[in-house]
Amino acid sequence: MDPFKRIKEIVADPYAYARTWKKEKGGLVIGHFCSYTPVELIASVGALPFRIFPGKDALSLADAHLQAYCCNPVRGALEEALRGRLDFLEGAAFPHTCDSMMRLSDIWRLNAGFPFHADVILPVKTTGESAAEYSLAVLQRFKKDLERHFKRTLTTEKLGEVLRVYNRIRRGLERLYRLRSEDPFLFGGGGLLALTQAAGFMDPYDLAEEVEGLVERFEKEGPQGRSRVKRLILSGGMCLMPDLFQALEGLGARVVWDDFCTGARYVEGGVEEEGDPLQALSRRYLQRVVCPAKHAGLRSRGEYLMEKVKEHRADGVLLFQLKFCDPHAFDYPYIKGLLDEAGVPHVHLEIEDPHTFGGPLRTRCEAFLEML
Amino acid sequence: MTQPILLSDAEKERRKIKADDRMREIMAAYYMEAKLPPKERKKKIAWITSGGPVEPLHVMDVIPIYPENYGAMIGASKMGVPLCEKAEEMGYARDLCSYARADIAAAEVQGGPIGGLPEPDMLICCNNICGTVLKWYEVQARRFQVPLFILDTPITHTRFNDDMRRYVQRQVKEYIGFLEEVCGRPFDYDRMAEVGRLSIRGQELWQEILETTVHKPAPMTCFDAFFHLAMIVTLRGTQTAVDYYQMLLAELKERVARGIGMVPNEKYRLVWDNLPIWYRLRWLSNKFMERSACLVADTYTAGWTSWLPLTDRNNFLGFLGESYARIFLNSGTDLMAENIIRIVKKYDAQGVVFHSNRSCKPYSFGQYDIQRIIQQRLGIPTLMIEADMVDERSFSEGQIETRIDAFLETLK
Repeated sequence: MDPFKRIKEIVADPYAYARTWKKEKGGLVIGHFCSYTPVELIASVGALPFRIFPGKDALSLADAHLQAYCCNPVRGALEEALRGRLDFLEGAAFPHTCDSMMRLSDIWRLNAGFPFHADVILPVKTTGESAAEYSLAVLQRFKKDLERHFKRTLTTEKLGEVLRVYNRIRRGLERLYRLRSEDPFLFGGGGLLALTQAAGFMDPYDLAEEVEGLVERFEKEGPQGRSRVKRLILSGGMCLMPDLFQALEGLGARVVWDDFCTGARYVEGGVEEEGDPLQALSRRYLQRVVCPAKHAGLRSRGEYLMEKVKEHRADGVLLFQLKFCDPHAFDYPYIKGLLDEAGVPHVHLEIEDPHTFGGPLRTRCEAFLEML
Repeated sequence: MTQPILLSDAEKERRKIKADDRMREIMAAYYMEAKLPPKERKKKIAWITSGGPVEPLHVMDVIPIYPENYGAMIGASKMGVPLCEKAEEMGYARDLCSYARADIAAAEVQGGPIGGLPEPDMLICCNNICGTVLKWYEVQARRFQVPLFILDTPITHTRFNDDMRRYVQRQVKEYIGFLEEVCGRPFDYDRMAEVGRLSIRGQELWQEILETTVHKPAPMTCFDAFFHLAMIVTLRGTQTAVDYYQMLLAELKERVARGIGMVPNEKYRLVWDNLPIWYRLRWLSNKFMERSACLVADTYTAGWTSWLPLTDRNNFLGFLGESYARIFLNSGTDLMAENIIRIVKKYDAQGVVFHSNRSCKPYSFGQYDIQRIIQQRLGIPTLMIEADMVDERSFSEGQIETRIDAFLETLK
């Protein structure tokens, strides 16, 4: 049996999962869009943090609010809300990342009609004392907003407990990433993709159990040194294409790491369990693997990718450029330069949306893998 | 279609704003000084974003250079397309901001109307206008290997709070520290007070200049404001800007007194939203003028005065961070709609023209909602033109002309 069967079923219908969760737990669901959302605080007031992904249907309602030169994740998320598909939500939290997300917050607030709306305007630069102080203040304010809306006090003990649960998730996911890198044949990439996607909306306690179960299983099975295969790293914004992994595997390649906000950027970097949990949480968001919409330094993104290429002995890198995603597009020439300099083969793949792995994309992947 | 109105040379001369020539001289001198070899120039150069805190640079005798102003010059001289294409060759996607693409390419090939900008000694980036500048300045900081200071100004979606206030105030202190280190000398706080005074005075004058178009007929249009804007952007905080704007204001007041309007037979008064379409300023200006429509105000040029109410003239540095953080572009879509409504009322306009600008996502996303809010609240017609501020490839002349005609029909 596919060890990821349950997860894949959950990912096939996230809305059903949220509805069932709501019915069973009697809690509220808070939507979010981005791996910078302090989901730990949402979970600590007993709500379910639910990462909203764009739908797969053609857009119609969102067109009345956002121009065609806005990216699919932003337009697609708005479409889901306007079509009433997210009626199980109490509202949404918007961390400040890129310009498009920033405006989505406004348009959502004016049109989506949910009772709860929070802007979590974390600093854009993640270094320096002023940013550290401000970041903590933003989390404190968000905590108060949640407490006010949910009419309950978010205790330090509860937050500490939730942080430990998220640490278990992140540690477990990272362990799975590492096991896959050690033996890319241990399990297919599609499973891990589903798992990181589920991490965006599953109940953290439920998810932690699931992840740890998988870690135990694969550790028992153990990596068997089957690492001789074309080893790939994927990089980009969000990736929700199970077909991509199947196709790459069919072409004799395996994904050994990624640099996606729906992947390793979410997974890596836990929260310190000692001391004040809110301060620890703030540090985690400042020190985590950086999104290109944030500034951690001039070279942080490139250095991260090159380090991963080296560490995981990648034979090639697939750079996914989501159409109209400015932060990633600005980084591309620099990252290309680094890969060229190091002699690492790479291919730049423009995608319209994070779901569709269509014919032209497959052809380009094939051509690239043949070249390796 | 309306017949074009033909003006005699004498009539054209009468309508021409005489201060224009002085403006050109000042801007030429500004760029000539900046382009001197560093040894002759004896001043450091900072590249700074258009909404960036320039005043402390003047205190430190640093010449501020605005890649965005250069972007506008590139656009207006119709040199945008080859430079944008060059940037695309370098790997920058066509969907990226055309100011950024033009500047990145101009730095590579010393392109544009003045053969490239003088190399920076430092970069000052304030993200109050967009997140694009952050990435753009990262690119340039890697290219020139010079220090980069980022003033991170949280957006006011609905409310500017004390945490934001403290954050930007602390960063202003960090900014001063950065300048002291890069320039190798202490910051002169007395001089800051003087530069601050000049900056506020310049902004007040600019505000007064923009307000002259409340008069009917308006002594100038927003197309003139787009031109005269360069001074408040680039020389804010200097006596030069104050002197120039005094001269321009006097001229406009005289036009008002003499009843000289920029548009012959001004019939319709309109408001413009978003950046200008630099390579089609004259074309657009004529299109509206021929149809007796005067664009009396715009949200863009007013952007350089929007922090005036927040400024404490006795404590300029203390309010610098907050003033810069709270510019209209760094606020929520509904607050931007309120801003337009205020402008429409103040200038007694009958319609709004929106430039949906492919290059500027934070300015353009939300325009559809603003359009609806305006229609609901004011019941006036609006027009949406999709184009780009510098990249002419995104301008469809026939389509835009048809839409302008149809829009003006609704005003009748």
